[in-house]
Amino acid sequence: MQKLGDFKLPHFFNYPPYFTLQPVRETSEKQIQLWKELILDYCRIQKIFVIRLEEEFPLFSNSVVERTLSHEAREAFLSALVAEGRAEWLDKGRRNCLILWHRIQEWADIIVNFVKDNGFEDSVMTVEEIRSGIESRGTELQGIDRTILVRALKLLEHKGKLAIFKGTSTDDEGVKFSV
Amino acid sequence: MSNFFSKAEVTSSGRPVLLRNEVECHLLSAVDLEPEDHRHFSLLKSGLLILTTHRLIWLPSSSASTPTCASAIPLAAISHIFSSKKSLKSVFHSPRIRFQVLVSSTGRVFDPGSGSGSSSGSGSRSVVVTAVIRGKGDCDGFLVKFWDSWRARAWETTETSGSGSASASGSGAATGTGGGLYSSDGSVRMVGVAGILSKEQEMWESTDKNLQDAFQDLNALMSKAKEMVTLAEKMRLKLLSGTSSQTSGTNDEDMGSKEEMQDWLLSVGIISPVTKESAGALYHQQLSRQLADFVRIPLERAGGMINLIDAYCLFNRARCTELISPDDMLQACSLWEKFDVPVMLRKFDSGVMVIQNKSHSDEEVFARIKSLVTKPEALRTGISPTDTAMTLGIAPAMAKEHLLTAESKGLLCRDISPDGFRFYINLFPEIDPCNMYFVKDYGICSTWIKAVSTTGMRLRPWVNQKGLGAQDGSIQK
Repeated sequence: MQKLGDFKLPHFFNYPPYFTLQPVRETSEKQIQLWKELILDYCRIQKIFVIRLEEEFPLFSNSVVERTLSHEAREAFLSALVAEGRAEWLDKGRRNCLILWHRIQEWADIIVNFVKDNGFEDSVMTVEEIRSGIESRGTELQGIDRTILVRALKLLEHKGKLAIFKGTSTDDEGVKFSV
Repeated sequence: MSNFFSKAEVTSSGRPVLLRNEVECHLLSAVDLEPEDHRHFSLLKSGLLILTTHRLIWLPSSSASTPTCASAIPLAAISHIFSSKKSLKSVFHSPRIRFQVLVSSTGRVFDPGSGSGSSSGSGSRSVVVTAVIRGKGDCDGFLVKFWDSWRARAWETTETSGSGSASASGSGAATGTGGGLYSSDGSVRMVGVAGILSKEQEMWESTDKNLQDAFQDLNALMSKAKEMVTLAEKMRLKLLSGTSSQTSGTNDEDMGSKEEMQDWLLSVGIISPVTKESAGALYHQQLSRQLADFVRIPLERAGGMINLIDAYCLFNRARCTELISPDDMLQACSLWEKFDVPVMLRKFDSGVMVIQNKSHSDEEVFARIKSLVTKPEALRTGISPTDTAMTLGIAPAMAKEHLLTAESKGLLCRDISPDGFRFYINLFPEIDPCNMYFVKDYGICSTWIKAVSTTGMRLRPWVNQKGLGAQDGSIQK
């Protein structure tokens, strides 16, 4: 099986039409679906949270068949993800896309489990600690994108599971759990 | 009731088959032909009356309830044409054209070409036939043309000059062929060199006069057109024979290229173009039928489908002088729906319009494309419109239309790259998004994988980026 780093590529990755935006509706629906799944899978395994359209993205090029997705195609597939709620545009110009291979709600659940597993029910932590502290090593929270983390925390705050407050330094915010 | 008139031959599109040198002159619609003695002979009701240089042809209209066949009256059998009388009655009636026709002993129209031979047995009796014009045609104009054609007696010159012109060689063909140009004017015969010189002089003078007459009067030009062509031909031959010696080699060449030219003209030519003038309001109808007849051969050559623009160019080239506008062409093609012709106009999604045989089947073309695109080489690199054109034997523009149509039906997928615009067999339907890595054992995906892995995909040294690991691009299962 062909690989991109550690990531196993499906056989149709070498099918040249896969890299051309198909005009016929039925065909293009299938194509979009396949790209959506592929992007999510790849990002989850490689822990990629943001795709920048103007930069090179390994998944969007195939040197074996010498094909690259056009800007239009990239935008089309990412917009499809956004429409499904699995991604968000970070800017109006649609140059940067946040990939939610876990939805925000799922991240929230992961945080809650993390808190419970480590007995942090009443503790205080900084946001940074959640994503890069010792406890988070080996968990999904390790290296999580800050924007996503904050969104998940805000969701939990809304549900009353925690409280976010500004820290002493302007750098970091703190979280008080009350799970 | 038997048929008074002679039968006329008709093509599959309903156009009359013309005799050699016969040219259409005028046309009237919704005409009844009534022989005087219509107790014994049937009348022909509401048809198309076509005047040619040789005959009056009557075609049944397609809405006729009883199938009547096309009929004709040779102009040679007409003994008199009555002038139209304007009376009080004629204001209320449909206009009528009356003429007298010679009849044979059976009481039917005398057909001079039917080999009745002896002059004594020919029409001693004549019968009056009335043509009642119920349509909106130009009756007076038709009558004028009728007189002209009848008086011109074109069928007689055909008979005398038929064998003469084809085998004419350069020298000594100045007399005895083609009607009026070289007919003697009764001048005193001269002998010797003076005689030859003066004959030449006469000839040039008459040619000159001819040219002057022809160009001054366009009507006259029309009738002289044929003579102009013959004249040009003779001049060319004279030039050729004048410069070359009497070797058989050059003669063969002459004959060869002449034959070539004739063949070419025949394959491309239509002797009687249907013009707005001669057909009036029915212009598009007749044009439509003529086009249907004409387009048959180019269609065959092009494999059953031809671009409308190509057909337009070919048709106009054949018509030579009476060119039609693109609008006329479109009109003519759209009228095909109303007639029972074997061709149709078709518009593709991309806007390209083609003429195709009604019997043409898209399915059959798709089957051929499918077999082409599933060959191992095509599985690896796809097919281009040019490849398809060559394999299917059709024009590249047509091939592209077929490929696009096949794509829209889900048979193919496009691949746009610096290599160009190519098509592959559509694999997407077989891929399951919930189970992307699974490949069925039998199916197009599996065939495709086998095809691309037997020779391997193109290898390219990958420049490593972002520590994603080198890959050699080979597919291992």
